[in-house]
Amino acid sequence: MEKRSRFNTSLLPYLLVAPQLAITALFFLWPAGEALWQATQSQDAFGTSSEFVGLANFKQIFTDPLYLSSFNTTIIFCTLVTVSGLVISLLLAACADRVTRGRKLYQTLLIWPYAVAPAIAAVLWSFLFNPSIGLVTYALAKYGIVWNHALNGSQAMFLVVLASVWKQVSYNFLFFYAGLQAIPRSLIEAAAIDGAGPVRRFFGIALPLLSPTSFFLLTVNVVYAFFDTFPVIDAATGGGPAQSTKTLIYKIFAEGFQGLDIGSSGAQSVVLMVIVVALTVLQFRFIERRVQYS
Amino acid sequence: MIENRRGFDLFCHAVLILGVLLVVFPVYIAFCAATMSDAEVFSVPLSLVPSTHLFENIVNIWTHGSGNAAAPFGHMLLNSLVMALVISIGKISISMLSAYAIVFFRFPFKNLAFWLIFITLMLPVEVRIFPTVQVVSSMHLSNTYAGLTLPLIASATATFLFRQFFMTLPDELMEAARIDGAGALRFLWDVVLPLSKTNIAALFVITFIYGWNQYLWPILITSDQSLQTAVVGIKSMIASGDTATEWHLVMTATLLAMLPPLAVVLTMQRWFVRGLVDSEK
Amino acid sequence: MSSRKLLAGAFSVAAILAFGASQAQAATEIQFWHAMESALGERVNDIANDFNASQSDYKIVPVFKGSYDQTMAAGIAAYRSGNAPAILQVYEVGTATMIQAKKAVIPVSDVFKQAGVPLDEKAFVPTIASYYSDSKTGHLISMPFNSSTPVLYYNKDAFQKAGIDPTHPPKTWGELEADAKKLKAAGMCGYSSGWQSWIQLENYSAWHGVPFASKNNGFDGTDAVLEFNKPLQVAHIQFLQNMAKEGTFTYVGRKDEAVSKFYSGDCAILTNSSGSLANIKKYAKFNFGTGMMPYDESVKGAPQNAIIGGASLWVLSGKDPATYKGVAKFLAYLSSPAVAAKWHQDTGYLPVTTAAYELTQKQGFYEKNPGADTAIKQMLNKPPLPFTKGLRLGNMPQIRTIVDEELEQVWAQKKSPKDALDSAASRGDDLLRRFEKAGS
Repeated sequence: MEKRSRFNTSLLPYLLVAPQLAITALFFLWPAGEALWQATQSQDAFGTSSEFVGLANFKQIFTDPLYLSSFNTTIIFCTLVTVSGLVISLLLAACADRVTRGRKLYQTLLIWPYAVAPAIAAVLWSFLFNPSIGLVTYALAKYGIVWNHALNGSQAMFLVVLASVWKQVSYNFLFFYAGLQAIPRSLIEAAAIDGAGPVRRFFGIALPLLSPTSFFLLTVNVVYAFFDTFPVIDAATGGGPAQSTKTLIYKIFAEGFQGLDIGSSGAQSVVLMVIVVALTVLQFRFIERRVQYS
Repeated sequence: MIENRRGFDLFCHAVLILGVLLVVFPVYIAFCAATMSDAEVFSVPLSLVPSTHLFENIVNIWTHGSGNAAAPFGHMLLNSLVMALVISIGKISISMLSAYAIVFFRFPFKNLAFWLIFITLMLPVEVRIFPTVQVVSSMHLSNTYAGLTLPLIASATATFLFRQFFMTLPDELMEAARIDGAGALRFLWDVVLPLSKTNIAALFVITFIYGWNQYLWPILITSDQSLQTAVVGIKSMIASGDTATEWHLVMTATLLAMLPPLAVVLTMQRWFVRGLVDSEK
Repeated sequence: MSSRKLLAGAFSVAAILAFGASQAQAATEIQFWHAMESALGERVNDIANDFNASQSDYKIVPVFKGSYDQTMAAGIAAYRSGNAPAILQVYEVGTATMIQAKKAVIPVSDVFKQAGVPLDEKAFVPTIASYYSDSKTGHLISMPFNSSTPVLYYNKDAFQKAGIDPTHPPKTWGELEADAKKLKAAGMCGYSSGWQSWIQLENYSAWHGVPFASKNNGFDGTDAVLEFNKPLQVAHIQFLQNMAKEGTFTYVGRKDEAVSKFYSGDCAILTNSSGSLANIKKYAKFNFGTGMMPYDESVKGAPQNAIIGGASLWVLSGKDPATYKGVAKFLAYLSSPAVAAKWHQDTGYLPVTTAAYELTQKQGFYEKNPGADTAIKQMLNKPPLPFTKGLRLGNMPQIRTIVDEELEQVWAQKKSPKDALDSAASRGDDLLRRFEKAGS
């Protein structure tokens, strides 16, 4: 951090940070420590008997082929949500940047899904794809496609990806659109004079200039896909069929809440913590380098 | 626009219109379903034309609730509102204070405080969910508004955004305040706060929606039906037991649950867009 | 009378009234956490209100806590932080977990004994009581409350349309397949089922007199291993897989999703909980009938008896004797013939005592409501064998999920029944070993 003037009062800064530190200590650090401790215990559901078992819980999850396959499921799910979310919103942003009429209207109409809870997005799309009374199910049947996401794993994955992306496109669109609007006109005009068509200009100028935005959105989307999509999966498929939509976060919930197995869910939480810390460190390193403070 | 290419423009409009349709379609269907009676909503295929029962469905769900969600939906909306407001106001306040302290002061252990706060960016609540539930219940805060809101107030994203913004404020501002004899708090109140308006507006939208849309945390921390929030309530209206889902009421509830956050986004759209996008840079 | 005496008199009257009032307000409050939703929850409230009105010492406070999962988790969380309810409703698959928590739970028979309230354990229907009794002493650990069995429902109008006799529900699996084929030929979906683990494996095993797990389905020890991957069960799943391939069996979900397929007129044959009767009556716009679960006639001794689903009431420790006296009185009230009979008739759950069953018969209820006694008849079909009394397996909710996952691969034609059941048994055994260790 560069040199800048600062206040020197002694007690005030402590008072200012105290509330946040207090809540951080109580509701972040203490539970994180507890998770580490519980991951090493073998407990019954009521917690009346607890036995230290070292790394046994970790060993158990890493030798469980289904835990490892949930890594796979999570990666597939994250990739699908992130890539389709970014590509679709980029396309929409580029088109909105291009047209002259109705811009404000398009922008308003496209950003409001941000306000919708992921759980509600899942409920809406589950209703449309309901195997018994869904409207889309009915339409697909007319074309001979049998929709039953309770049975077909790929269909289940499609449904949760759809509901997740539907909601996230608006957030991505916002940033991409603003990013495109911030590109200096002079650059674009110069390229046009040189004879570059709109598509060439997009790939040659806009896309590279959008890279900080793209990277920022990439990390936000990955985190979203990892964690905030839990309600989507819970509301739409419950992790099924046959674990095809059981992501890492869903497994933690299923084992801890329904299975009441605190040791296993604790160990899984610790693994997830390590992954998230790694991701955040990466993000900080990359973003801090690109950001300039004027 | 530089040159005039009709075909390309039409293509863009088509893409945008398609996008808008996809975005609006599920909500339109939800609206249709919300206007139907229970017999109409179960007919296959669902009619694409709204029916006439919207008002009675709203009254029904508001006062009686449905399915597994035994509490009246009106009460659940209230719970969500309290949760969203407390979280957003609480979060903005303490984050602003912490960021202010970190950027504008020099004090021992400042770096420690900084890292302790930012470490929380690495630990979204889902990763430490069960121990947090146990900590909260050992403080006897389960099934209370405090338990619902406090743990969600201190995440560092708001602090981070404020910090980024404060760091862009030129030194001259502070020098001028010093010369005028203003103390730290005066500077905060008279200078920094007004300048942060756009950020605060953007953060209000973000945190309000974050609080309103909470799902996993309320499920785990409250089992009292009277404290259930709207979003959780809607999911539990989808029956998994021996009773059937009353889809027309469920859809009415989803529409009602979407309105407040939507209102917040739309009315504050201008500041929200500006504040969010500017602060990312 | 002098004004002083009048005043004294007034004071004494006031004091007595105040004392009396405070006595009445000192009714011991007893929390009862349950998972009975909407109409069922209202019935629970009615019962509690009636009990509260009948005496002034105790006040039962029923609190709806969500699904069975959520209610159990809430109860455990409350216990861990020191304010558990006195009565907690736990689903049948949570039985082993509750029994393992010896410090947290007080067996119902002990509650009655310590409170000095008589309890006639023989009054309960044997196959229901045995599920919740100590395998060695035979005494009740939890109180049976809402139990159901799988039942067959069929669409009479659809049968007629497909050329099948509408007065004859299929009795055997062979007949069911033949009927489903005719239905498919007539353009309809044939057969669907809910709760596949409970119906197609747990109850299938008991109905055909074979164990689901060793140690008498876990009653005799936590070192049980799963045995549902034996040839008989594999053959049954193979039979269903063939039907799925032919298109005569449609799978739509792990829980109750199949019920809406039935009452919407789609699938004409359904196996699901006896508790679905109320819903089907409400939404089906056609004539329907019920029948017993189908069986395989080639198996000797079939049909044997059904095992229950549903939940029971558990008493949690940590309260004072006055509370437990109230609990005992309330539980006794619940199992009195009139109350138990009314609960059975209003909800479709089984009558938990033989007296309630007989009372319902006497009231002519089964004549007015045909099909309402199918469930209880299945329970009383034959005296239970040591391994058809129910299940007592740890981590059962997760085992059910494992079975669901493996069977889903079978219906999608991705795995053979033998591979799926072997895999389910081995994954389930891992969970049983974890449970065994956690309780040691």
